[in-house]
Amino acid sequence: MGSCCYIPSPSSSHLLATDFFSWGFKSSKLPFLPMLPNFLSTHCKQQNRRFDRSQRASKICGYYGLRTPPYKLDALEPYMSLKTLEMHWGGHHRNYVEGLNKQLEKNDILYGFTMDELVKVTYNNGNPLPEFNNAAQVWNHDFFWESMQPGGGDMPKLGVLQQIEKDFGSFTNFREKFVEAALTLFGSGWVWLVLKKEERRLAVIKTSNSTCPLVWDDIPIISLDMWEHAYYPDYKNDKGKYVNVFMNHLVSWNVAMARMARAEAFVNLGEPKIPIA
Amino acid sequence: MAFRPLLSRTLGLTQTLTHSHSHSHTLTQLRGLQTFSLPDLSYDYGALEPAISGEIMQLHHQKHHQAYITNYNKALEQLQDAVAKGDSSSVVKLQSAIKFNGGGHINHSIFWKNLTPVSEGGGEPPHGSLGWAIDTHFGSMEALVQKISAEGAALQGSGWVWLGLDKDSKKLVVDTTTNQDPLVTKGANLVPLLGIDVWEHAYYLQYKNVRPDYLKNIWKVINWKYASQVYEKECP
Repeated sequence: MGSCCYIPSPSSSHLLATDFFSWGFKSSKLPFLPMLPNFLSTHCKQQNRRFDRSQRASKICGYYGLRTPPYKLDALEPYMSLKTLEMHWGGHHRNYVEGLNKQLEKNDILYGFTMDELVKVTYNNGNPLPEFNNAAQVWNHDFFWESMQPGGGDMPKLGVLQQIEKDFGSFTNFREKFVEAALTLFGSGWVWLVLKKEERRLAVIKTSNSTCPLVWDDIPIISLDMWEHAYYPDYKNDKGKYVNVFMNHLVSWNVAMARMARAEAFVNLGEPKIPIA
Repeated sequence: MAFRPLLSRTLGLTQTLTHSHSHSHTLTQLRGLQTFSLPDLSYDYGALEPAISGEIMQLHHQKHHQAYITNYNKALEQLQDAVAKGDSSSVVKLQSAIKFNGGGHINHSIFWKNLTPVSEGGGEPPHGSLGWAIDTHFGSMEALVQKISAEGAALQGSGWVWLGLDKDSKKLVVDTTTNQDPLVTKGANLVPLLGIDVWEHAYYLQYKNVRPDYLKNIWKVINWKYASQVYEKECP
């Protein structure tokens, strides 16, 4: 593929003149949207001509940018500290993005994908390529930041609440299941509220390490990072407190509503189950 | 007691389950079921500074290791009930909890013995047969340290990096396990000599996400004497 696509952004001219991994560079500011499969910031970059004295053709490569959370890094205080956001987003998430870009530099066979597509392609039906870990973790973290908001928590409303009550019996029951999944996860991983396409219902699932429900074609609605780095600085080993704080103060049901609305374009939740004769 | 062999057979952990790791282990008998309790450290929490902070040591020992032991005991009790009732699906369902929590207990018990303050010989390279074996198999101590650190840093998620001895071939091996899997899950004849915990809780408060720094510094407090003892027992 190696297709070259250029998305104009205010910082575009800044991009060409700076180093490949410039720390100050933030990806193009998209309006706050739920995770739509769009190009985050797939840019093409020409090798910095200033330093390249030889006449060889400039190298074209595609890469992904580090997407900023839709709120300031200290906006989730006191439930998730600025320190945690700085380490988690600025350290871990950034490392995954840079790691992914380094891997993609090697050849262009994986160019041109949206983040969603890249995750599914590198998963390779259960035999993941080396790029999967980085790609999936980039996606997972983007999704996670957007699953939270300042002033979050409380209860979902309208359609989401209805669907939760339909599939779990009650919101309380769902909350219990979610918390239980988080606390019984062994090792590093994530807990998700997903909409299962085939079964046409919501479910709580947990995944290990970097695995993401996209690979099973499920539609994630909300996620919670249960890697130790997500809660250790604020809560040390008290996972229970972290999970409850997430449910009570951080989870964004607004985003869940938007994601559900979009998911309904792919999963028909309204039609009655007509038995096949 | 007929129960113990049944228990060990079911779990396939004959060696590790019945082998009491040290005299400091207090095993209590409860309805014929052996339960476990937190072994003491032979050094203060702060004694491994600056390589590993006292805060981490305390949390790691009193909270994490204790939690594994508590949950392990609970799972064993539930297993005992399930076996007694012949409830096979519960027996099978409990396996992952036993592997995780039991493994956590086993691994951490070894880990505390793998560490010792500098004043007690921490970081001093092994002399004797283990030192010789390391030079033979890896070329040099530096090469071994390099290999273990690299594998530890490359491990995705949570797990352990080990220096083990293959009892049958008498060869030293470097290997990793995920989550709390003990080294035996990688080979029934592998004996752990040295294990380094690379779960984030083992270093995060001090080294943040820079796991390589943790791996670089931990060598200063590694207790090679213990590793040599284990080695010499297997290879007299």
